[in-house]
Amino acid sequence: MQATVQQFPPYRPDDADEAAAHDHGHAHHEPNFLSKYIFSTDHKVIGIQYGFMSLCFLLFGFFLMLLMRWQIAHPAMAVPLFGSLIHWACGDMAPAVKDQAGNLMGYAISPELYNAFGAMHGTIMVFLGIVPLAFAAFGNYVVPLMIGAPDMCFPRVNMASFHAFFLGGVVMFASFFIPGGAAQAGWTSYSPLATTIPTNGQAFWLVGMVLLITSSLLGAVNFIATIIQLRAPGMTWMRLPWFVWAQFVTAFILLLAFPPLEAAGVLQLMDNALGTSFFLPTGLAVAGKVGMASGGGSPLLWQHLFWFLGHPEVYVLILPAMGVVCEIIANNTRKPIWGYKSLVYSVLFVGFLSFIVWAHHMYMTGMGQTIATFFQITTMAISIPSVIILTCLFLSLWGGSIRINTPMLFALAFLPMFGIGGLTGLPLGLAAADLYLHDTYYIIAHFHYVVAPGSLFALFAGVYFWYPKMTGRKMNEFWGRVHFWCSFVFMNLVFMPMFAQGIKGMIRRMSDGGINYSAAHVPGAIDTLPQNIMELNWWIFAAAVGLGLSQIPFIINIFASMWIGEKVGTNPWQATTLDWHTPTPPPHGNFPSEPHVVRGPYEYSAPGHEHDFLPQAEFPNAAHAAHAHH
Amino acid sequence: MEIPYTVENRPDTGIYNAKLGIWLFLASEVMLFGGLFSAYVLLRTGAEPGMWPHGWLDVRLGTLNTILLALSAITTLLAWAACKVRDFGKFKFFHACTILLALSFLCVKSYEYHDKFIHYEIALNDGTFADGHLEEKSPDFDLKAKTGTITILGRIVNDRKELMDLRTYKPVNSKIEIKVADILKMQNYGPWHNTYTAIYFTMTGLHALHIIGGTIVIFYIWAFNRKMWKTDPERFTNRVEVSGLFWHFVDLVWIFLFPVMYLT
Amino acid sequence: MNDWFARNILGMPVPAAVGAKPIDDLIVWVHYLMAVLFVGWVAYFLYVLWRFNESRHTRADHVGSKSPFPKYVEIGVVLAEVVLLVGIAIPLWGKNVQKFPDPKDAVVVQVQAQQFGWNYRYAGPDGKFGQQDMKLISDSNLFGIDTNDPAGKDDVQYYNGNMHVVLNKPVLIYLSSKDVIHSFKVISMRVTQDAIPGLRIPITFTPNKLGRYQINCAQLCGGGHSSMSGGFVLVESQDDFDKWMKTKTAAATPTSFE
Ligand code: HEA
Ligand code: HEA
Ligand code: CUA
Ligand SMILES: [Cu+2]
Repeated sequence: MQATVQQFPPYRPDDADEAAAHDHGHAHHEPNFLSKYIFSTDHKVIGIQYGFMSLCFLLFGFFLMLLMRWQIAHPAMAVPLFGSLIHWACGDMAPAVKDQAGNLMGYAISPELYNAFGAMHGTIMVFLGIVPLAFAAFGNYVVPLMIGAPDMCFPRVNMASFHAFFLGGVVMFASFFIPGGAAQAGWTSYSPLATTIPTNGQAFWLVGMVLLITSSLLGAVNFIATIIQLRAPGMTWMRLPWFVWAQFVTAFILLLAFPPLEAAGVLQLMDNALGTSFFLPTGLAVAGKVGMASGGGSPLLWQHLFWFLGHPEVYVLILPAMGVVCEIIANNTRKPIWGYKSLVYSVLFVGFLSFIVWAHHMYMTGMGQTIATFFQITTMAISIPSVIILTCLFLSLWGGSIRINTPMLFALAFLPMFGIGGLTGLPLGLAAADLYLHDTYYIIAHFHYVVAPGSLFALFAGVYFWYPKMTGRKMNEFWGRVHFWCSFVFMNLVFMPMFAQGIKGMIRRMSDGGINYSAAHVPGAIDTLPQNIMELNWWIFAAAVGLGLSQIPFIINIFASMWIGEKVGTNPWQATTLDWHTPTPPPHGNFPSEPHVVRGPYEYSAPGHEHDFLPQAEFPNAAHAAHAHH
Repeated sequence: MEIPYTVENRPDTGIYNAKLGIWLFLASEVMLFGGLFSAYVLLRTGAEPGMWPHGWLDVRLGTLNTILLALSAITTLLAWAACKVRDFGKFKFFHACTILLALSFLCVKSYEYHDKFIHYEIALNDGTFADGHLEEKSPDFDLKAKTGTITILGRIVNDRKELMDLRTYKPVNSKIEIKVADILKMQNYGPWHNTYTAIYFTMTGLHALHIIGGTIVIFYIWAFNRKMWKTDPERFTNRVEVSGLFWHFVDLVWIFLFPVMYLT
Repeated sequence: MNDWFARNILGMPVPAAVGAKPIDDLIVWVHYLMAVLFVGWVAYFLYVLWRFNESRHTRADHVGSKSPFPKYVEIGVVLAEVVLLVGIAIPLWGKNVQKFPDPKDAVVVQVQAQQFGWNYRYAGPDGKFGQQDMKLISDSNLFGIDTNDPAGKDDVQYYNGNMHVVLNKPVLIYLSSKDVIHSFKVISMRVTQDAIPGLRIPITFTPNKLGRYQINCAQLCGGGHSSMSGGFVLVESQDDFDKWMKTKTAAATPTSFE
């Protein structure tokens, strides 16, 4: 090993940059704006396109949520500031509010509109927010760099994937403006409800989903092929940074779990458009009207097809996030990740198990003993690898020299936050306990702890971490910390109370925050929601507003730093992995000369070296290349 | 750096990029049709007793189509082999056959579809059911206004169940004229007719789309890639192989569809 | 101990059914496990962040923790989960979905959800439900009872309001839905069951406290989902129940709203 270290010069930015510059000289055609940003096939550009789009959608999804939280806290009251905007977009679904005198107070949110917002918040956050950011954006930008590849395996397919995603987003967004409004049957789109609501929103939703699924499938094929085929010489499987492993498994989940939902989407589309009844049983009497459909279908069929994707999907939301956290922890503890091997096997195991737990979302559909037993066992089983992953990440801290910066803060916060979300998954996995918690706000709190202060924080960390790679400048540290601490506090203030509400029996998806079930509304009845639980609605709203404001520094930071951010070299974090050993920003083709990987991904603080990090790769030809140009 | 292994195999994985790509894509296709087949199973097992149709499709046409696709699979293989031995003429010939076979498959399929669309089940006011192929509608035919008559080539039964199982006996059909005034409800055998026709049209339709897509790709390579054959026959051969793999998958799907839809 | 934890830490309402206690216990046990893990991990977490901060620990050591302790923790978690699963959860669910009372010594009610309320149907004195036909459904004939079936003549059916049941007597509900999926949830009884059109799913519980309990519709069912709160389970004595049943059958029109 030492020998090779002597033999090859490590990466020397200046040489490489020159080589890169030269390379560019060769690329004669000066790419115009279109081919550079819209129709680019470069994985880095596509990654940034995905990143920007998904961040915008995240913001939009959050905006919808703020409106919902307002509605929950002040049912049927005029929406401040945005009332007329909503009315303009959604028409009568945002009815006018008048006082006794009959003059206009503003516009409120009708229950139908609330349902539309709810369904679209879920859909947008999952399929247009976290997945494209975690998988498509970071995957695209970082994975090829990390494995020492010049680009993705199929650049044009990559571009097509983004365009499909973009179209899907447009369709979803457009559905708000059509008469009848967007889809209103929850992100789960259960039939028959999804088929009986009088709006084309559901059709839009389905078409949008088919586009998004296509995008993900193309992406998944590309990622897997890239990781298998384009690893640089010496980049053996067990030398892959764990982030790449996480993306690899994620890609397989998308590849195999999404198609059944695509099938289901086609079937539901036929139910809506052609009057088939795949999911409609015989003798439906919707609004007293009998025989609206030929019948013979099964509502549960939809649920099975949906959750067969739905559950693996949630691991699509978390695995890349875990990958990001892993890289950042390794880098900022300045030591190798603890138990790399068990991390690898655990993530593979999670990927496999995630396909056989889906029906734990359906315990309350009248599930018999044997099936329930099977899914309870698998559900408990899948929590084990997660525990192992968390344990490895926790133990990696031990003996480190922990460096605190914004990325690290978000990465560290991820651990306990995911811990809370994950642990609260356990009671849900046991049918008899789920019996009590099913469809209450306990569920909402459970999964938001994994996706919001979990995945989302991890992705924030990723943005702060790789921003210097993309722009050559660091984001502002001070405002980064402001962003972190405010987000951290408000995030918990938003979701912690929901556990209390859920346990008291507050049902989810209620457009009025439960007024009709409140003690005040039905005196004398038992099991109604006590005053203090209802009041939490207002506090959650306030906290959500705070959470929103906490994002302002982030948004400003992200744009301003492009110009005023502190300039940094190619490797500001003194990292080992290959993504930090190319010019910044990387040229077309990524590496001026082919990297040769000579050691594992996390060789930090190796004894007997004065530097506390050893780059994963060496560049045997870099020097010559450089010379050639002199 | 340029993207490696676009044409030659990567030593340690023993495969070139596009081939791996198509295999992965096919894996997702398997899941897609897998989802639909499991939907089929659930619908069929969930159907009320006696209400799941049997023998509604013409087995002879199904068999014919099966043969057509089987042949196209062979010609595809031969076309690829021709490329391997650098015989462009043979390649042209065999893939021409493939394309023609594919088109004839589509013709047969569309005939079958059409046959279902002109096949009506008519619930009559007296509680009986007329069932058969539309012969003609009188000029003043109008369902809303309940005027005119309609003539079908078919039969009248007292119980819908009698329409379900046509494996055992072939119904004796005769020309029947029906007054629209006597019609309670009239519906052809389109996807909306029942869950069987629904899943039949969906799956065969989706399969037909795959056939069309595959044909277009093969035709494109067949017609427009002559230059690549000259400059880079290896890559050309790979394209033929990859499109061939897709084509064989489409055939395979039909091998499952045929017994499921026609024979059981 | 468990009860104290359930009431004061988790804040679960007092159960009012015989079968409720085991469910509460299960939930409590799981939360014990979660609490232990959480507290343990967070304590470790905070200590490590303090102990190995770069100011205190300038150069990281390459190897890191060699302690076997985490292995024990993981094994502990596995064991705990196995115990919860095999020891409590699985048998409990079995009891829940398999042990149904004999209709003869239970209050049998047909509950049919619709947008946005609950329909109840009792068999009446003869204890037999009449034939049903969806085509006959109307707002005067909620369940579409076949009028020329004698068994149906004395059936009692009505919309929303109190569903009368008897203290300490098992309740046997046949749950279904007219239109979309709803979910029948009574918190104090610890029952939840989706009402799915085309299916007829039995559920049972045995109330052991008098009172009027809110029925929640737990499944999103459309614009009125949040206001589908017009149904209650009224637990009363056998006498009161019989009195009430008389008034209903006396006014033996197929419907009588409450
Ligand atoms: C990223 C997303 C994500 C993740 C990772 C998980 C993880 C898990 N989920 Fe969750 N889940 C969702 C997203 C997610 N879930 C969503 C979106 C829904 C609702 C869908 C809907 O209805 O709309 C849902 C709903 C849901 C249900 C259905 C509830 C119902 O509708 O009635 C169930 C039931 O079994 C469940 C179980 C689990 C389990 C057992 C895990 C396990 O994998 C968890 C394993 C992890 C751990 C066990 C934690 C391990 C960590 C430690 C031990 C260390 C602790 C450290 C500290 C505390 C510092 N989830
Ligand atoms: C990945 C998934 C995800 C994420 C991240 C979130 C994030 C949030 N969710 Fe959501 N939620 C769901 C998925 C998600 N949710 C799903 C699936 C449902 C169920 C829907 C259904 O019932 O069918 C749901 C439902 C749901 C409900 C229940 C509604 C109901 O049942 O009636 C609530 C209630 O408060 C809620 C709140 C929130 C809040 C406050 C956040 C916050 O954490 C939001 C935080 C986000 C931000 C703060 C924005 C960050 C973005 C930026 C800063 C962008 C910067 C922009 C540029 C640089 C251009 N969500
Ligand atoms: Cu009925 Cu919700
Ligand atoms: Cu799940």
